[in-house]
Amino acid sequence: MDRFTSLTGTALPLRRSSVDTDQIIPAVYLKRVTRSGFEDGLFAAWRKDPDFVLNRPEYDGCRILVAGPDFGTGSSREHAVWALQDSGFKVVLSSRFADIFRSNAGKTGLLAAQVDQEVIERLWADCEADPALGVTVDLERREVRFAEVVAPFEIDDYTRWRLLEGLDDIGLTLTHGAEIADFEANRPAWMPSVL
Amino acid sequence: MARTLAEKVWDEHVVRSAPGEPDLLFVDLHLIHEVTSPQAFDGLRLAGRRVRRPDLTLATEDHNVPTVDVDQPIADPVSATQVETLRSNAREMGVRLHSLGDVEQGIVHVVGPQLGLTQPGMTIVCGDSHTSTHGAFGAIAFGIGTSEVEHVLATQTIAQTKPRTMAVTVNGSLADGVTAKDLVLALIARMGTGGGQGYIVEYRGAAVESLSMEARMTLCNMSIEWGAKAGMVAPDQTTFDYVRGRMHAPTGSEWDNAVAHWQRLVTDEGARFDEEVVLEAAEVTPFVTWGTHPGQGVPLSGSVPDPAELPDTGDRVAAEKALEYMQLAAGTPMREIAIDTVFVGSCTNGRIEDLRAAAAVVRGRQVAAHTRLLVVPGSTRVRLQAEDEGLDVVFKDAGGEWRGAGCSMCLGMNSDQLQPGERSASTSNRNFEGRQGRGGRTHLVSPLVAAATAVTGRLASPSDLPTADTATA
Ligand code: SF4
Repeated sequence: MDRFTSLTGTALPLRRSSVDTDQIIPAVYLKRVTRSGFEDGLFAAWRKDPDFVLNRPEYDGCRILVAGPDFGTGSSREHAVWALQDSGFKVVLSSRFADIFRSNAGKTGLLAAQVDQEVIERLWADCEADPALGVTVDLERREVRFAEVVAPFEIDDYTRWRLLEGLDDIGLTLTHGAEIADFEANRPAWMPSVL
Repeated sequence: MARTLAEKVWDEHVVRSAPGEPDLLFVDLHLIHEVTSPQAFDGLRLAGRRVRRPDLTLATEDHNVPTVDVDQPIADPVSATQVETLRSNAREMGVRLHSLGDVEQGIVHVVGPQLGLTQPGMTIVCGDSHTSTHGAFGAIAFGIGTSEVEHVLATQTIAQTKPRTMAVTVNGSLADGVTAKDLVLALIARMGTGGGQGYIVEYRGAAVESLSMEARMTLCNMSIEWGAKAGMVAPDQTTFDYVRGRMHAPTGSEWDNAVAHWQRLVTDEGARFDEEVVLEAAEVTPFVTWGTHPGQGVPLSGSVPDPAELPDTGDRVAAEKALEYMQLAAGTPMREIAIDTVFVGSCTNGRIEDLRAAAAVVRGRQVAAHTRLLVVPGSTRVRLQAEDEGLDVVFKDAGGEWRGAGCSMCLGMNSDQLQPGERSASTSNRNFEGRQGRGGRTHLVSPLVAAATAVTGRLASPSDLPTADTATA
């Protein structure tokens, strides 16, 4: 996965709270056998409304999603994270995340940054007033910056480190490649091989 | 320090251990099937990674393959796509695959042991919860999720926090007509579906030692149904005799080295388990479920329980819901419950011994007029062996259906499904709502009970049957 240090881009104001993973991507979109292409399922039910914020051209290319509290509740489907990533999002800002969503996000490199609800409200207002507003999410300094606002966000140290280093679970394990190779070299000769 | 079997096998596989982190374990065998692997392979591809150890990775098609017309293209488009994807992934990544039509094709948990790839002291994982089956050989074997499948493909390791250990000691011996399936159903009824949560369970005691390998697999298979991370049985002469001579078993001096090592894989005198449970085998009788989870079971000689009499409120509510779904009245004797479909198969009870046991009961008898008997061998090899022994003819003569190998009606992903409202007696492992088809109602049973039930059309054991008419046998 890619390293994440700091990102500046436009933000999508999603004025909803308790967005569960069935809303992020409904079950009918889970049949695919690939890890990519889930953008068509993102907020599929809401997108039927032409006025839904994601359908509005002025928000094309947003990489930061600004959502209300309790984002990502419900089913543990990792597809919710994939759908956001496949749609170009790198960051979700919310005042509270469901645990399983936060953990799935951290594993695949989507930054789930927790900020105060006041910051969310201000972002919603500012991004609605000016969809081209630049928002910076700085992981090194754990800060969100826009207009004259500088607000801290919360993320646990371990997930932050992994994102900064660009290490997913596999990448992390592969940093111990020498230990794995050592172990492999010492396996008994009688252990079975399928070949 | 004295250690348990589970601790010994665990310790032998730790690649890396650091405070505050899960242990990184080496995986000796990674089994793969079509349903939980596609995204793992795709993730690998997206990251530009390869399968680290194709020589320790084996794939087979089982979950949604058809069990009739297996030489025809798969009709269901989702199944066809999953199977096709597995085939192209296996080709691209150099993974050995046993496809439909191949003699080694079958349910992943039947194929591993049958090839001799499942051996004592190994770590075995698969994107399937019934991977616990392989623990029968004294291996640590457990199911993993799709992201973990990708992790194992890329690194041949898995990060795991060490579970606690539990001993389930079964004293005495099982009576005639009582099987490992009855034993494990009785155990789950006692422990509850969450009773094993967080534990690696070691099954031990005289009754377990006297079980055949296949019966031990049935026992370990259902460990997950009471929440255990894995189930194990210490390897012994029965284990060695079963492994010896199989395709991937060690030979010559390697065999001696292996056995010398395997013999040390027993729980040391004085080793402590975090939890201990004791069962008396003599008290176990044929056992069947009445509800919608594997813990809702009673002896076949019993009746549907009255939810009002259950002491725990949660159990009471669950029982009421289950009876509503199962359309059963409290107090109904289990033997009076009429059955539409009998399913003999699955990774729990789809091996040759299971088919022999069921065939011995139906031999010379007829399946009841309103009942359907579906027999699905766990693997193609099991099917061929059964046909060699004439078991297919026994089932067919009795009016049963004889099928190709796969998971089939265990989970109803292919077209082998119950109709809404239909009731089955099934040798599989899960009686969840809709598991065998939407609206279907499942009673979990042993192969012996399944066969007797097919004959009477009601839940029954072989001892309920009048003597077979041997003239027609
Ligand atoms: S037979 Fe049933 S339980 Fe076993 S692997 Fe297949 S679907 Fe799963």
